[in-house]
Amino acid sequence: MAELQKNELLSMYRTMYLIRTYEETLGSIYYEGKTPAFDISAGPIPGELHLSSGQEAAAVGVCMHLRPEDAVVGTHRAHHFAIAKQVDLKKMTAEIFGKKTGLSSGKGGHMHLFDPEKNFSCSGIVGASFPQAVGVGIASKMQGKDYVAVAVGGEGAANQGTFHESLNLAALWKLPVIFVIEDNAWAISVEKSKSTCLGRNSERAKAYGIPGVYVDGEDVIGVYEVAKEAVERARRSEGPSLIEVRVYRFRGHFEGDPQLYRPKEDLESSKAKDPIVKLEKDLIRMGIVTDSELANIRKEVEEKVKDVVQFARESPYPEPEEALENVFSGR
Amino acid sequence: MARKLPMYKAISEAIAQEMERDPSIFVMGEDIGLYGGIFGATSGLLQKFGPERIKDTPISESAFIGAALGAASKGMRPIVELMFVDFFGVTMDQIYNHIAKVHYMSNGHIKMPIVITTAIGGGYSDAAQHSQCLYGLFAHVPGLKIVVPSNSYDAKGLMISSIRDDNPVMYFFHKGLMGLGWMPSPEEAAVDVPEEPYEVPIGKANVVREGKDVTVVAISRVVYEALWAAEELNKEGLSVEVIDLRTLVPLDKDTILNSVEKSRRLLVVDEDYRSYGMSGEIISLVAENGLTLKSPPLRIAYPDVPVPYSRVLEKFVLPDKGKIIEAIKKMFS
Repeated sequence: MAELQKNELLSMYRTMYLIRTYEETLGSIYYEGKTPAFDISAGPIPGELHLSSGQEAAAVGVCMHLRPEDAVVGTHRAHHFAIAKQVDLKKMTAEIFGKKTGLSSGKGGHMHLFDPEKNFSCSGIVGASFPQAVGVGIASKMQGKDYVAVAVGGEGAANQGTFHESLNLAALWKLPVIFVIEDNAWAISVEKSKSTCLGRNSERAKAYGIPGVYVDGEDVIGVYEVAKEAVERARRSEGPSLIEVRVYRFRGHFEGDPQLYRPKEDLESSKAKDPIVKLEKDLIRMGIVTDSELANIRKEVEEKVKDVVQFARESPYPEPEEALENVFSGR
Repeated sequence: MARKLPMYKAISEAIAQEMERDPSIFVMGEDIGLYGGIFGATSGLLQKFGPERIKDTPISESAFIGAALGAASKGMRPIVELMFVDFFGVTMDQIYNHIAKVHYMSNGHIKMPIVITTAIGGGYSDAAQHSQCLYGLFAHVPGLKIVVPSNSYDAKGLMISSIRDDNPVMYFFHKGLMGLGWMPSPEEAAVDVPEEPYEVPIGKANVVREGKDVTVVAISRVVYEALWAAEELNKEGLSVEVIDLRTLVPLDKDTILNSVEKSRRLLVVDEDYRSYGMSGEIISLVAENGLTLKSPPLRIAYPDVPVPYSRVLEKFVLPDKGKIIEAIKKMFS
């Protein structure tokens, strides 16, 4: 932690708290119009919603090292990476509300957020990110640049062919790619131990001759340090790395998931591993910040979330006919 | 004894009854065990049959769908579920180059008694990668039988027929028909289902409403949109016949041709993409058979755009009762 400046530590805290506040806020708005009987198609945020509460440190620890030209390719659960990659939160929220002012004017939705300015994208298909990040790595190399690509996947995605094919290709061609596996221990209802022959996916890096590290996502500083090495290595054209971050899924796979498959103790022990609480405690214990400094940050963040939600709510819906536009570009 | 069942329960009951009869049947897929299938199609099966026969898989579709082929080649009868039809891209090779073709390539020496089940359909803002139908894509490939039930009676009978069939059958259930509670579903889709096992033949369409002025050919959820439209048009003196295809491959040509021969007007309604799909196929069938129509055949299908997220956009492109009424009125104007 010694090398981190106070402003960097506070920035990490702010972003993690922003992610949490944002996710919990959406998590409650989601149920508007969906009660008393839960109807997935109703309310201001219809469809599936996968929230990232508890997984903040993976996104923040990695994205602290990234520049706007670096790419992040996320998953179906991608709000935390989008926020950490500084995607415009007003436009992102409007997109999630299906509004004209959204990133894609309501065409994409929460699983399909695209911000070319910030080089952020994500997908609803498990394992789709890995090869796409490899392609960004190819472009970086061919263009003689030093931008890097981050591919994010869950521990469930590490059993997809795309994961293994992409690791091999990135290693073979020494591409500037950082593979980030977020191990939240659950692929919807299937526990990691029931889906994966190894305890740690980071071990799989050995098969491709690249560094593989496992890190606890309760500790954002730990993630930061591991990611620093991987990003620097990629920028130096020394090839890809694999980082597996043990994160903690505080909510269901999607909102409305009754989680009957999940032992209560698992949810409780996960919630006890809160990366925001840990950072708060660490910062205060080390005398880096005061309670009131943190309280100010929280207040500022809560205002910001209120603002973006208000913007989304007040924005107009697209015109229905826009559904037919932009299948193809002009030529 | 029959009781009213939602479609998801009819499907899991069919699988359970067949599994009791035949020990070579087993089920694989993501979240099909403990969770009972995200859309309930395998609910209660793990408790009944245990993890050897009800296998939760890793997210490794090429592996477990390709494995269905291997198991089938050694006399097993696998049922594999892949949660959403949108997800099939990752395992297409095993399906369209192998499962569909092995019987033919081996000149009939190897049978492929596999049922592949999946969820289709939109209407609830799940956007471009979780709302497609895509049965037309699979119907295009020779060697796959394509089953798309629209109510719980057909769902059970067609599942039993699919399991007993020695060919690969792709079984598509529409999320908006399953009667899940948390997903809107027409009440009419939950009908009386006999407790005992029975078959609904694959390749046999159902005339769900008789009429003489126009034939509407539909499948899956839009069958209800067509029925609701027919009800309204009836008030205006138009008599609409509605055919629920139930199966795309093999296609029940006779039922379609007999109906159109009578009505001499044809509208095809399809939630799958418009071009190169079911709607074009049905209209070609009628044209090739030389039936002269009183007005040009029409189709209402998903315009050739990906499924948009925002509710207003999705509603604009989804086939519905209003669009059907408009099209039929156009035929008579």
